[in-house]
Amino acid sequence: MLSYWRQYLAISPFYLIFIAFSFFPVFYSLYLAFQRWDGMGTMQFVGLQQFRFLWSDPVFWLSIRNTLVIWVLSTVPTLFGALVLATLLHSVRRFKGFYRIALYVPNVTSIVAVAIFFGAVFSNNFGLVNAILGTVGISPVPWLSNPWLIKVVIALLMTWMWTGYNMIIYLAGLQAIPTSIYEAAKMDGAGPVRTFFQITVPIMRPIILFTVIISTINGLQSFSEPQVLFANNAANANLGGPGQAGLTTLLYFYQSAFLNNDYGYGAAIVWAFFVLILVLVAINWRITRGGRKS
Amino acid sequence: MTTADTTRPATRARRLRRPKGLTAHIILMLAVLISVFPFAWTIVMATNTTQEIYKSPPKLTFGTHLLENIRHVLNTIDFFGSMLNTVMVACVTTALVLFIDSLAAFTFAKFDFPGRKVLFGTLLLFMMLPLQLAILPQFILMSKIGWVGMLKALALPSLANAFGIFWLHQYIQNGVPDELLDAARIDGAGFFRQYWNIALPMIRPALSFLAIYAFVNCWNDYIWPLVVLTNPDHVTLQVELAQLNVGHTTDYSMVMAGVLMAALPLVVVFSIFARGFIAGATEGAVQGS
Repeated sequence: MLSYWRQYLAISPFYLIFIAFSFFPVFYSLYLAFQRWDGMGTMQFVGLQQFRFLWSDPVFWLSIRNTLVIWVLSTVPTLFGALVLATLLHSVRRFKGFYRIALYVPNVTSIVAVAIFFGAVFSNNFGLVNAILGTVGISPVPWLSNPWLIKVVIALLMTWMWTGYNMIIYLAGLQAIPTSIYEAAKMDGAGPVRTFFQITVPIMRPIILFTVIISTINGLQSFSEPQVLFANNAANANLGGPGQAGLTTLLYFYQSAFLNNDYGYGAAIVWAFFVLILVLVAINWRITRGGRKS
Repeated sequence: MTTADTTRPATRARRLRRPKGLTAHIILMLAVLISVFPFAWTIVMATNTTQEIYKSPPKLTFGTHLLENIRHVLNTIDFFGSMLNTVMVACVTTALVLFIDSLAAFTFAKFDFPGRKVLFGTLLLFMMLPLQLAILPQFILMSKIGWVGMLKALALPSLANAFGIFWLHQYIQNGVPDELLDAARIDGAGFFRQYWNIALPMIRPALSFLAIYAFVNCWNDYIWPLVVLTNPDHVTLQVELAQLNVGHTTDYSMVMAGVLMAALPLVVVFSIFARGFIAGATEGAVQGS
């Protein structure tokens, strides 16, 4: 054991920070979920009371519903669009590098900047989208006050940011497929659409599974988008815009823990949310893998 | 077209190849337009006055009010102060992440020691956990040691970058030959010399990818600075930018000038390193799957 001190010393900076700021906090937040605590006074053990309250809290369920709707509205077009774009990009010879960079660039911009931009463009009164609709005689659409349209705008924002990222991953997968398979398909007279669904998609299944999992984990964690979009309501205790239609679960966690100083409840929310992510990842895993077996 | 394709022999398909390539370019170009449009429109808004944008139909061309809007931003928020904070934190974090992660990754990839598998397994397991689980205790911890509102509180949690270790580990395993390390050992190089003089220079591409990845993440991070930086003097650019958006009547031209100013440094850095970065990201994605 002693002869390995150099190795232990080399990994120790990482593990010290890891234990202090990841490992310990994760379990501590589980412990907090069973306490009532405002961060100042004494902690009080309340057992499952926080979770019982959570179960009957309509705002929590609203936030879960919002998160799921936004997740579906953004993940489906993102992954489908990414796969189509990757296939097209794989088929062309020229400008490959240019396309890759131009389509990836949304992913390195900051969510805050993008959210501000979407807020300006979809603004109910003065936004570019409504102005364009106005020129063709369509009356202004309440993008940022209708409960459904709020989710659509947030989902569009996430789609814009993440399509390029997933496209790059798919492209890497496509490049690993031997071209002889495609030549054989062409010999058999398969068109581009059929080739896409019967060859590309099945072969890419493991990589699609990977992106589905990553998108589930990322997509369910939407926080900054609604937080910045509806920042004007910050003075209002209820986050998430009109009707709290943009209140995601993480935003509700932020509101409970840091604005209302209800630490125990915040911890309960974030742990319940984690269980939800696990369940959804498991379901996605089954669906995406199950298709391969049958 | 597709049904015809599937029924006709290959000669027909070959004749269609040319237009198909053109269609691909058209669709890709449309996608590029959508992907680049927000940047262009940000510039349009930032160079006009809000009144001009609010008009119907709105002004679609670049205006002449950029300097005025920039001056307005500088009067409203502490732009350069928050920029300086962000640059400092991002640079320090990136440098430390590179050192800490590469040292640990090198050890995991090239040495066997008791507990290696368990330690590495824990790391992989935690890589899957949503970071938000830890935010609240991290904040409590920071307030216990009195670091709330300080820039060092910002950098510390992100130093343990499990993804970075995992990624460098893969790279070192394949990219640094054992024979080379053995030869160095025979020549009397110790553990640290093997890491510093042999492994590090060989994994430079992987390090430069991780550097950009860590820098961009740190630059764009929002939720943690929002939570922990309670002191208005120590706010980062993203938090300050979001502040710009809060108000009774939003002066969008001014806000977009701020967005532009905040995005510019990152866009410049990214375009310089884009090729290497995307190649690195691709490599990691394929290995990770």
